[in-house]
Amino acid sequence: MSIIGDVIESTKAIIKGMGVTFSYIPKGKWTVEYPDEPVTVQPRYRGQHLLHVDEYGREKCVACFLCAAACPSECIYIIAKDDPRSPMERIGIEERYAEVYNIDYGRCIFCGYCVEACPKDAITHGYNFELSVYNRADLLKTKDDLLITKQVQSRNYRVASSEEDVDSEYKEV
Amino acid sequence: MDWNNPWIFAGVKFIAINVAFVAVLMIVAYSVLAERRVLGFIQGRLGPNRVGPGGLLQPFADLLKFILKEDIIPDKSTRFVYFLAPVIAITTALMTIVVYPFGPTIHIPFTDWYVPLVVTRMDVGLLYVLGITSVGVYGIALAGWSSNNKYSLMGGLRSSAQLISYELSLGLALIGVILQSGTLDLYSIVERQSGWYGMHWNIFWLQPLGFLVYLISAIAETNRVPFDLPEAETELVAGFHTEYSAMKFALFFMAEYVNMLTVSMLATTLFLGGWNGPGVQTFPLLGVLYFLIKVIFFIFLYIWLRGTLPRFRFDQLMSFGWKFLLPVAILNIIITATLGWFGWI
Repeated sequence: MSIIGDVIESTKAIIKGMGVTFSYIPKGKWTVEYPDEPVTVQPRYRGQHLLHVDEYGREKCVACFLCAAACPSECIYIIAKDDPRSPMERIGIEERYAEVYNIDYGRCIFCGYCVEACPKDAITHGYNFELSVYNRADLLKTKDDLLITKQVQSRNYRVASSEEDVDSEYKEV
Repeated sequence: MDWNNPWIFAGVKFIAINVAFVAVLMIVAYSVLAERRVLGFIQGRLGPNRVGPGGLLQPFADLLKFILKEDIIPDKSTRFVYFLAPVIAITTALMTIVVYPFGPTIHIPFTDWYVPLVVTRMDVGLLYVLGITSVGVYGIALAGWSSNNKYSLMGGLRSSAQLISYELSLGLALIGVILQSGTLDLYSIVERQSGWYGMHWNIFWLQPLGFLVYLISAIAETNRVPFDLPEAETELVAGFHTEYSAMKFALFFMAEYVNMLTVSMLATTLFLGGWNGPGVQTFPLLGVLYFLIKVIFFIFLYIWLRGTLPRFRFDQLMSFGWKFLLPVAILNIIITATLGWFGWI
């Protein structure tokens, strides 16, 4: 009798399992067809850095080197310079500004320490993530690539709104 | 038509065989695509959808890839057997397609020709199918042996052991149908299942047990999940076709899917009433549609099972085949024979 019971039990189990798998066929898919549709990134996503400017278009960076000091992979290279002109004419918000501000994306680990260290909120992480290049030298990004006024934002992402519950890392299971 | 003229006879058969060949290969190509997409859907993915509209040209892209790949031959392999194995696999898989009746006898308009929609009508069709598919084991066993690779050999041995064990219950499951029909001719078996609004199909009329045994052993025969031990990736790399690449691998791959199709067609023919369905008497060509629908249902069932079930362990597989399926198949024969003795069939 136990054999017949086993057969009935396992048949039930298989039918139940097949019901589960069948129910998934019409359900929504998780696949994001990436180049065709944008990837949803979190508001706290750490992409390519942005160097910010104030409302008059002056760079916020004062070349204090705190970001370079905080960087664990030493990928930030800065040359500081003084600009003695009047406050509205000069490049930065203070006299001292970064003449050169390079980030080597061959070394950067996107830890966000530079952003935490910055006293002027001059550097933040943007959302651009398509950083691959054909030549390793191109991984070195200069101020021309990093300034918020000059960096081209990719169309391939959208930032999740705060109401959206897509943040799986913090989602309660 | 003068069937006694050997040239006309040979010509018509030649055309019929080629049409069946191309049709089967197309169905196989698209069942591969269907499998990949349906599996994707089950797993919350999309599956291949980039080549052509909805991925419909994917099989041709795959074929192109297989042809263009480098054909690697292991240095210490037994060359002749290594080349022969995929040929045996695909040939035996394709040879059985000629006996399946895919439609009733149709009348060709403006002539007095009545043509049964079957490539060749054999008196021993069922025996022919069983015999040819058994030879297919050689393809797998020889592939495993000639590759000179321990994983291939293990895969080949497992495969042969599995195929031989399950062939037994498969054959015994069919005996019930044979007892009931009193013939081995597949066309007559289908004809006997007509009428009674489908209640004369063998699956309903006295052979449900036989159908289940056949279905399970057919899945094992075609090395599909949950019986796909010969190619258990986790333990055997890729089983008997580990060392095969390019078109030789494609031949094994195709053989697996052709086998899937042929056992589906056999199940349809023997248990689901073949081309029988509503309106076939008036419009005989509807029968082809019904036949296709039933076969596609079986192929879908295969894919669905693959998306659901995990793999058996080898000893479980063997004890299931010998200690459970075989006795059930024999029980089915005894029941059918007893009913036949009392004249209730």
